[in-house]
Amino acid sequence: MKVSKEKLSTKQGYRLHILPSDKYKTITIVAKFKSPLKREGITERALLPHVLQKATNEYPNVRSLQSAFENLYGTALSSDGSKKGENHVISFRMEVVNEAYLNDQEPILEEAMKLFHQVLFNPKTEGNGFDPEIVNREKQTLEQKITSIKDDKMSYANVRLMDNMCEGEPYSLHVHGYQEDLASITPEKLYQYYQNMITNDLLDVYVIGDIDESQIETMTDQYFSRSQSTNVDNDQKAESKEITDVKEIVEPEEVNQGKLHIGYRTYTKFGDDDYYALQIFNGIFGGFPSSKLFMNVREKHSLAYYAASRFESHKGLLLVFSGIDPKDYDQAKSIILDQMEAMKNGDFTEEQVNETKEQVVNQLQETMDNANGLIEVLYHQMISGAEMPASQLMENIRKVTKEDVVRMANKVKLDTIYFLTSQEGGE
Amino acid sequence: MVEELKYQQLNETVYKETLDNGLQVFLLSKPEMAKTFGIFTTNYGSIDQTFTPIGKDEQVTVPEGIAHFLEHKLFEKEDRDVFQDFTKLGASANAFTSFTKTAYLFSATSHVEKNVKTLLDFVQDPYFSEESVEKEKGIIAQEINMYDDQPDWRSFFGTIQSMYHQHPVKVDIAGTVDSIQKITKDDLYTCYETFYHPSNMTLFVAGNIEPEAMMTLIRENQQSKEFPDAPVINRSYPDEPIEVAEKSQSIKMPVTTAKAMVGVKENVKDLSGQELLRAELLSEMILDFYFSRSGAFYEELYKNDLIDDSFSFETELDRQFGFTILGGDTRKPDEMTKRVKEMLHELKDTSISEEDFTRMKRKKIGQFMRAMNSLEFIANQFTHYHTLGGDLFDVLPVIESLSPKDADEYLQHWIKEEAISIFQVKPQDA
Repeated sequence: MKVSKEKLSTKQGYRLHILPSDKYKTITIVAKFKSPLKREGITERALLPHVLQKATNEYPNVRSLQSAFENLYGTALSSDGSKKGENHVISFRMEVVNEAYLNDQEPILEEAMKLFHQVLFNPKTEGNGFDPEIVNREKQTLEQKITSIKDDKMSYANVRLMDNMCEGEPYSLHVHGYQEDLASITPEKLYQYYQNMITNDLLDVYVIGDIDESQIETMTDQYFSRSQSTNVDNDQKAESKEITDVKEIVEPEEVNQGKLHIGYRTYTKFGDDDYYALQIFNGIFGGFPSSKLFMNVREKHSLAYYAASRFESHKGLLLVFSGIDPKDYDQAKSIILDQMEAMKNGDFTEEQVNETKEQVVNQLQETMDNANGLIEVLYHQMISGAEMPASQLMENIRKVTKEDVVRMANKVKLDTIYFLTSQEGGE
Repeated sequence: MVEELKYQQLNETVYKETLDNGLQVFLLSKPEMAKTFGIFTTNYGSIDQTFTPIGKDEQVTVPEGIAHFLEHKLFEKEDRDVFQDFTKLGASANAFTSFTKTAYLFSATSHVEKNVKTLLDFVQDPYFSEESVEKEKGIIAQEINMYDDQPDWRSFFGTIQSMYHQHPVKVDIAGTVDSIQKITKDDLYTCYETFYHPSNMTLFVAGNIEPEAMMTLIRENQQSKEFPDAPVINRSYPDEPIEVAEKSQSIKMPVTTAKAMVGVKENVKDLSGQELLRAELLSEMILDFYFSRSGAFYEELYKNDLIDDSFSFETELDRQFGFTILGGDTRKPDEMTKRVKEMLHELKDTSISEEDFTRMKRKKIGQFMRAMNSLEFIANQFTHYHTLGGDLFDVLPVIESLSPKDADEYLQHWIKEEAISIFQVKPQDA
């Protein structure tokens, strides 16, 4: 297990994580910018990654910038914004072919880092703002993205569940931003927001691959240092709301299949002692094809193609999702709620607990074989202050007992039942 | 006999053996990985609907969606669900059905030998009953309904349906809610016995394995089972014209943003595996040059608000059929499809400079290297090209060998008006 080989150092304006590994033919560099999740600025944060990737002062349009990346053996740069509990993280990921596998040995890593630096720190500007043409076009694109969330029914049902369940909590904010904000976002205002973000967000840089540590450190110092930044972690801890009433919401839309999504609160977060039991609990309840949800909703009653659960680690949520015929709503709902009762009553075997532990360990090991997967595991640990080597993580998972899982199940509280159904509602 | 296929630039070795029963086995050892991925594939997919069953003289046509139905049902045995067998071994299992293949797979970080045996044994030991066949119909109906609600899937499939007159590639892989009702236990056995003979199958295991021990285990496992002699599989497909069936089609769905696709029906007749691979690479490099973010056509389409970030393209060439599809979300579906179609026609009069072509070659090499990080990609794609008679690891030398002249030549014969279809998904109130 090579997670312990991570070398972490505090640098000028960023934290550097170097992970030498011989698993890959490429080198992956990820820069993560974290800030508290707030209504104010959320649309700017959704827009920024798209604007930054379009042009720099040296490569002033999409075509020239993309061509530069293509010349570096198709170096890929992508970015996305996501919620980590009640914090917002913008990740920029770059993947460069390891020069060792190329016929002509060129210093493409250094060139790629330089380009990455320009995208982040030297975007194309005009006057006191970004290029207006780029900003306007990206506003249009974002607007289209915001309105078409509704076209993907599974994502839409998730968004609606969060809107209702976490109403008034920062977690319900939409990562794609809000249409009504777009009109007032000018190239200048966006640039102001960008300057604030690029200086004050907490920056972590990960480099993973078959690399020379000191060479990487020299490069990252040159391309990621922020002289103006103290790189302070201003983490916003997520609240866990007490539930007074269970909400049940049924919304008719033009769909063939109904989407039944159920939200629970776990009162358990990454770094808590119960977190390991939560992983086993979820595995038995709905995390794997051997789980209660899969076996009962799908295999026993043939009501669905998928019926599963997953948990959110920084806010403390457990979400169930299933696609069913609108007419089967009551039956599917009661089967799902019954499975939760069975979990609370300890209606599962020691053997299931042991098998699930092995599955969770397997999943973790598979995730860590993947460069981006490994970085996510480490970043989760980092931002929740619960760092430990992989061997310790696995040991903690293997220590979980049936009693721990039952206790965990009894912490879980039903919050909201959401059903996106057809206009007829199965009548 | 074990053959060692060495790929020096990539620093990889593939171990190959054809067993006595005809099963082709490929092993790739990557001890630096924690994971092992195994995939057991039959050269049988949704397009193989009409064939002569093993031991029979007359051709039959089976219900649409049966290859996929069979894939679901192989997981269920008389006394258990096979998912549980993998669960007990700390592994995760899955399967998929495509136009031309059905594949069963697992990934694991422990008990690798037992998992490989489990994979071989469950696929080679079918159990179908009337009762379990009936039960599955409800589950698959929900799978079909799920896809029916997805505008991206509908636009992709709609484009294929517009291009093809009668070839079964136009039939949805899962079939329809009606067609699957006709499937019986006996149909499943007929398809199974015809297409799941080891001589029609490939096993690829990649990851944390010791190749010699693994090969021995697989050999012994196969020797312990009895199979009839390898059948000659007699499949038949309707004659499909070069022209598309419909030049333009559109459907309405409850979407907020329209989707528009332009499909090019590709002629794959008489192409060998290596030729298919070369044609796919050339086509993608050409499309990359004009239609990726660095391309002149992309820039024009994007600036004029005819496309957005969702715009993408792909070329898929397989036995029996092939297509190129370009498209995505758009606010102006009619303008978009008109302009993209014009652009495709303009390609004939363009050529790519040496410098630009080198850039596209480098991009393609980089894409391939990135993909090589994934055991799943290697095993899936190696099997795919091998089944067609090609070799995935030839991608690098083939790319190196290409020149702008090859692109020019390709462009001369590529785009023909009669081979283009347009398909749009429009909002209901538009």
